[in-house]
Amino acid sequence: MLELVVISTLNGVLFGMLLFLMASGLTVIFSMLGVLNFAHASFYMLGAFFGFQISRWFGFWPALLVAPILAGIIGAGVERFGLRQVHRNGHVAELLFTFGLAFAIEEVVQIIWGKSPVDFRVPSSLDFPAFTIFSTNYPAYKMFMLLVSVAIFLALLVVLKRTRVGMIVQAALTHPHMVGHLGHNVGRIFMMVFGVGTALAAVAGVIAGPALVTQSNMAGLLGPILFVVVVVGGLGSLPGAFIASLLIGLVQTFAVSMNGSLSEVFGPLSPAYASTWLSDIWNVTVAQIAPIMPYVLLVLILALRPMGLLGTRET
Amino acid sequence: MRKLMMAAAFALPMLGGAAMAQDTLKIGYIDPLSGGGASVGEIGLKTFQFLADEVNAKGGILGKKVEIVPLDNKTNPQESLIQAQKAIDSGVRYITQGNGSSVAGALTDFITKYNERNPGKEVLYFNYAAVDPVLTNEKCSFSHFRWDANSDIKMEALTNYMKGTPSIKKIYLINQDYSFGESVRTAARAMLKTKRPDIEIVGDEKHPLLKVTDFAPYIAKIKASGADSVITGNWGQDFALLLKAAADSGLKVNWYTYYAGGTGGPTAIKQGNLNDQVFQVAEGYANIDNKSSMAFEKALRDKYGFSLFYPRAVNEMRMFALAAEKAKSLEPVKVAAALEGMDYEVFNGGKGFMRKDDHQFFQPIYIAQFGELKNKEPFDEEKTGWGWKGVAKIDADKTVLPTTCKMTRP
Repeated sequence: MLELVVISTLNGVLFGMLLFLMASGLTVIFSMLGVLNFAHASFYMLGAFFGFQISRWFGFWPALLVAPILAGIIGAGVERFGLRQVHRNGHVAELLFTFGLAFAIEEVVQIIWGKSPVDFRVPSSLDFPAFTIFSTNYPAYKMFMLLVSVAIFLALLVVLKRTRVGMIVQAALTHPHMVGHLGHNVGRIFMMVFGVGTALAAVAGVIAGPALVTQSNMAGLLGPILFVVVVVGGLGSLPGAFIASLLIGLVQTFAVSMNGSLSEVFGPLSPAYASTWLSDIWNVTVAQIAPIMPYVLLVLILALRPMGLLGTRET
Repeated sequence: MRKLMMAAAFALPMLGGAAMAQDTLKIGYIDPLSGGGASVGEIGLKTFQFLADEVNAKGGILGKKVEIVPLDNKTNPQESLIQAQKAIDSGVRYITQGNGSSVAGALTDFITKYNERNPGKEVLYFNYAAVDPVLTNEKCSFSHFRWDANSDIKMEALTNYMKGTPSIKKIYLINQDYSFGESVRTAARAMLKTKRPDIEIVGDEKHPLLKVTDFAPYIAKIKASGADSVITGNWGQDFALLLKAAADSGLKVNWYTYYAGGTGGPTAIKQGNLNDQVFQVAEGYANIDNKSSMAFEKALRDKYGFSLFYPRAVNEMRMFALAAEKAKSLEPVKVAAALEGMDYEVFNGGKGFMRKDDHQFFQPIYIAQFGELKNKEPFDEEKTGWGWKGVAKIDADKTVLPTTCKMTRP
């Protein structure tokens, strides 16, 4: 039992940190620009495919550096030539634009790399078990994922809260005209922020690509859950996203490890329901509904605390 | 001039289409070509194209060239029906599909209804891999033929083998949460109970189909249960990722599987160093000592670089050609009548027959083990240096299970 708890905690933290890596870019973009970027998971996918292609040519480490930069440049371009034009027509237009962009990116990825999974491997320098707990090995690569996520969280916090750049960026959102009058190019600031946000997603993509599956539907698989993370954490709150990611990672992992169902909890009563239409609900185990747990959490949060765990404003 | 070109641009493809329809025999291939099932769907497609080439090299079926029409269903029943309708509209009278019993269930309903409403324009459905027993029992249909052994037949063979393996004490079941996974786990429980009542089932897991990206939490659970063996019907991405997670965490158990040979499976087994610990029940494997099947295997590998995962597809295509020639017609109803009860020497040797009662094909079933090749078996898998070695063969007549099918024939 202890073994399962420890290992599930580790697995949950690992998955949570990966979620955070993806959600951080989304939440940064939202808190700075006020744009909910539906195509965010697509940049994560672009990161994975760029990473795959570059690691084919130059190895994994250059890929980890170059792929996010490429994705960031594309992201900046999207802001400069797409979002900025659409912005005039309001938030709904922006949402629809990013929504469409997600499909366009998926289509392009399918044209270039095909629809089946590509063979993106863990670099051999990290392909060994890091340590063993209760006879379960922990791959070094997963530890590396954890470290990168933590490092990025800290770096982002410092940049946004402690540096001049962070101050200007925050001011540009609330008082764009004032920042403009002070001589800063507000348009460029927005473009940079969007580029950095998408580059963060791409970092997650390069890192997650070898550990999970790199294929053209990976954005669709992880996209919805990102929104759960940013909403539960509080729209625009970086520490909130961090906590929410861990929470969701742990909830999902622990739910998988639980076999309990209503019929077990109310054991003696269950035969009475065995043959009724209730029996399906009665016998569903917690493990079976693990994949929908994050969405249950989302509904609960929206009902009880609409601004999210650490959100500051009601949206 | 411009108008003329426009007209030509519109008219040419149509003319081409009409001409094609007369010259070729189109087989609609409806399977996942994107998403989590894509890796198996692509391999199936290429296998059928290879088989079509083989038939065409011999002059086609009744003089018509066979053309495989790929249709992507994303492992989604609803999408499959749209693709089926699209195929039928473009003149397809034969549809083949395999991945996903949920898809197969929807397709067989759809085609049966279509045939009732469109007499004279019937469509046949050749199922090469969807193994839910329901398809040849309650849901059986005159328009549906299945070349793969259904999951009960496979489980019967697998449990017969496990019966004689006393080292199995604790078994963990992990399956995809849909009709096929459900039938694997119920059959496993029922058959183990009668054949080996001493075996303890320490886990019975269902997980969402082709949605899980990391199986580490499930592996932790298997480990915690103390199981020595796992039975799984997982296929495609779900099998490869399950084994990958097991390899990462160093889980050492025996695996009794339906589809360990699918893309990524062999690589994951090698990575986990599970020498001789993974078993697969199927109607064939590469190293069966048979001249013609080995030659076929080699030709396929030379052309596409993957191994034959669907020996049953070969049986399907060759039997189709034979049936059409026997019926001297490509009319689906006549071909179906010729297929019913047909005896056939299967691709890798041994007798098989298409049971008339439920359109289930019976053939020898093999249990093979994956690991180092010791006796100079010629074929490895996915360049791992490891390959399949036979541990048991069950003849067709010993795999026959009763059916509850009550078929209405035209």
